[in-house]
Amino acid sequence: MKLKYNTVEELVEAASSSHQKISEIVLEQQAGDMELTMEEVYATMESSFDVMRQSVISGLDETLRSPSGLSGGAAARLKKSVDEGKNHYGHLLGNAISMALAVTEFNSCMGKIVAAPTAGSCGVIPAALISVMDEYDLPKRDIVMSLFTASAIGMVIAKCASIAGAEGGCQAEVGSASAMAAAALTEIFDGTPQMVSDSCAIALKNTMGLVCDPVAGLVEVPCIKRNAMGVANAFTASELACAGIKSVIPADEVILAMKQVGQLMSTSLKETSEGGLASTPTGCRLCRQIFGPDACGGE
Amino acid sequence: MNVFDIVGPVMIGPSSSHTAGAARIGKTAALLLGEPVAKADILFHGSFAKTYKGHGTDKAIVGGILKYDPWDPGIRTSLEIAKKQGIYVNIHTGTIENAHPNTALVTLTGSGGTTISVQGASIGGGNIVITKINDMEVYFTGQNTTLIVMHQDVPGIIAQVTNLVAAGNSNICNFRLNRQEKGGIAIMTIEMDSDVDPSLVSEIRLLPHVYNTILLKLG
Repeated sequence: MKLKYNTVEELVEAASSSHQKISEIVLEQQAGDMELTMEEVYATMESSFDVMRQSVISGLDETLRSPSGLSGGAAARLKKSVDEGKNHYGHLLGNAISMALAVTEFNSCMGKIVAAPTAGSCGVIPAALISVMDEYDLPKRDIVMSLFTASAIGMVIAKCASIAGAEGGCQAEVGSASAMAAAALTEIFDGTPQMVSDSCAIALKNTMGLVCDPVAGLVEVPCIKRNAMGVANAFTASELACAGIKSVIPADEVILAMKQVGQLMSTSLKETSEGGLASTPTGCRLCRQIFGPDACGGE
Repeated sequence: MNVFDIVGPVMIGPSSSHTAGAARIGKTAALLLGEPVAKADILFHGSFAKTYKGHGTDKAIVGGILKYDPWDPGIRTSLEIAKKQGIYVNIHTGTIENAHPNTALVTLTGSGGTTISVQGASIGGGNIVITKINDMEVYFTGQNTTLIVMHQDVPGIIAQVTNLVAAGNSNICNFRLNRQEKGGIAIMTIEMDSDVDPSLVSEIRLLPHVYNTILLKLG
């Protein structure tokens, strides 16, 4: 069965009928589409994963500061609290949130990251996968393979809705990243293809309506903390799905609803910095502070 | 679209559209110039114009002009590097009619005096579309391996070029020809399914009436 990435259901059916994981089918078919061997395609994904790992490490530097001065150092702060056993919600969650902050802070400091699916949402997937890999000492191959499942979900969302904040708001960026991460986690923990689909649906439902309202137009406030939320949401969605809890609304209907919500969303809430947090008094003040007295997307 | 358009590109932050896309537009322009850059004039339009400083779009596009890929850390210091290399860079903002919000018009002058202007839009996720070369409308993304052949509009030239492509056993998935006027300067954009042997480029360059040929593959 040749995947067209038009629906999540298609991925579930292809995997269920062939008794394979979604990632295995995706890798095999992508190699054919790109006229490369499976080993070559896997190696490229593995090198992207290595960049993700490095961005987590680099982003935990406590001296990091972005050129605007709006961000840097938060990941290191939380990591310290986790390392000292002072955080309240467990080692895995604390680490995961800190990793999401690390990658996105590193991104705002012009660090090298992997857009997943975008730079603004680059923290969710690395944080979800690397925190779980470290916590449970999982083999790297399982983690890299799960990125093919995440990508397949991302391709369906990109085709049927959008992964751009300017088109669909933050639900399309952090929401999509969270759904992709949830799907990857569910596969890592041996969830069925249907569970992968349910976890994707649940994650997207929970972020539906989230607007893209960056202060001063920069990928910093609130993007960095929304990535931390994105990984916690991915854990929630995967935990539910792996326990056999289904999404009442199927993934494909959720994706189309997300598209519709994006279309109904005012342009002022889609990466124009004319509404939401960007147009708050503090948001406008920061914008003028960074770009000068005449600047402020919120006027 | 493939998996690496979704998990990827590997890039220097902070914004796939405002950084990675801008670097790709700059690099495409530098490749099309085909000689060392002496002078770069960059016009930012729309969101690029409003936020380029905060996103480092200026560093990214100049990095691209220095032929850095979106993942090259050299992007961070590209403005200083360009200065050291004696490249005169002029960045300004303005309005380009009917252009995508993230559009840049890059005009490069080479050390040999050649000038080229390239207009490109960054359409999300680091993906770009080149929409104009020297005021001629074109359309290519660089996602596929793409041959760009600048040539004089003479009978038989398309056949000569595509015969060479066929001899290399490459399948063309998209072909487009744009020309200024009959017999004038024309541009072929040939997108292919798989990578091609770089020697194909030198073979095409040797053809009469071909001014320049570049092979573009944006990783």
